[in-house]
Amino acid sequence: MTDQPARAALFRGRSLFPVLAIAIFAVIVVFFAVGLTKDSRKLPSALLDQPAPGFDLPPLTSALPGLKTVDLQGRVSLVNVWASWCGPCRVEHPLLMRLARDGRAEVVGINWKDKKDDAENFLKELGNPYARIGFDASGRVGIDWGVYGVPETYVIDREGRIRYKVVGPIMPDELKDSILPLIESLKK
Amino acid sequence: MKAARALVLLFALLLAPAASAVEPDEMLKDLVLESRARELSRHLRCLVCQNQSIDDSAAPLARDLRVLVRERLVAGDSDDKVLGFLTQRYGSFVLLKPPVKPATYLLWFGPFAVLILGGLGLWWIVRKRPKLAAPAPLSADEQKRLQAMLTGDRKR
Repeated sequence: MTDQPARAALFRGRSLFPVLAIAIFAVIVVFFAVGLTKDSRKLPSALLDQPAPGFDLPPLTSALPGLKTVDLQGRVSLVNVWASWCGPCRVEHPLLMRLARDGRAEVVGINWKDKKDDAENFLKELGNPYARIGFDASGRVGIDWGVYGVPETYVIDREGRIRYKVVGPIMPDELKDSILPLIESLKK
Repeated sequence: MKAARALVLLFALLLAPAASAVEPDEMLKDLVLESRARELSRHLRCLVCQNQSIDDSAAPLARDLRVLVRERLVAGDSDDKVLGFLTQRYGSFVLLKPPVKPATYLLWFGPFAVLILGGLGLWWIVRKRPKLAAPAPLSADEQKRLQAMLTGDRKR
C-alpha cells in the first residue's frame, strides 16, 4: 500500500499534468464540434476558383439555346444542374424562378441524365427559369463539373470561373446569406 | 482427411473475390486493361454512396465512372493519369486511400504522434511513481496462525 503523503506527492508539484489533460480534451471537443456538425455528404468542389470545364451541350428544346463554356463569360451566371426525376429539384424550383425574375445573375441549366420528354414536361408543369439549357443525357459533362447528384448549383463569375457550389437544393437562408451577396460582389 | 478438405474449401472461399457491381457489357475485351480497370475501380470512391468503391457500387454514377475509367485506359492513359483525371474533378476524396500530402499529414501521422506522446506520458508517470514498499514479513504470531489454518486445526 502506498501511503497517502507519497500519493499526494505524485500529483503535487505537477501542475502541467492537469493542464495538459484539459488541453487535449479541449482539442478533441473542438474536433468533434466541427466534424460532427458538418454534413459529410456535401463535398466541396475540387474546381472552386478554377475556370468552368470546357463543354458544349446541345439544347434541350428548340425554343431555348444549348449551353457551352463561352456562354458563361462576360456575366455572372448561376448554373443549375437538374433532372425531372429529382425530387429536391422541385423543392428549389420556386427559388430559381424568383432568381430568374430578379435578373441579378443569368440562370442557366444543365439537364443531367434525363429524358427529353420528361424534362420538357417538368418545365411545362412548373415553369422555366432557365435562359439556356444544355442537355447532358449521358451525364459526361456533369462528371467534368464534378457533379455527383442533383440538384447542384454553381455560381460563375464574369471570367467564367467557378466561385461557389451548392450541393442539394438551394435553401432560402443560403441564398440570402451567401449566394446573393457573392453575386453582388462579383458584379462590381 | 475430411478436416483437411474442409480447410481447403474454407480457404478457397476466403480467397474468392467479393462480388462486384461490374456488369458484363461494361467489361473490356482486353484482359490486361480490364484487370487494370478493376484494380483502379477498387480504389475509387463512389461519390453517391461514399463508403463503397465504384467497383462495388450499383449506383448509376458509379457505373458512369467505371465506363469512364475504361475509356481512359483504352485511350492509352496510365493508371496515375486516370486517377488524376478524376481527382481534378472530384478532389482527393474520390480516392479511397488518401494521398500523403501536407493536408493529410495529421491523418497519416497523427496516430503515431498520439502513440509516442502516450508512451512518453506513461514512461514519465511510471518513472515518477514512488516505489511500492516491500511487504513486511509475517510476525511469529501470524506465522503460527497460518500454520494452524493450513493444517485445518483452527482455533476458535
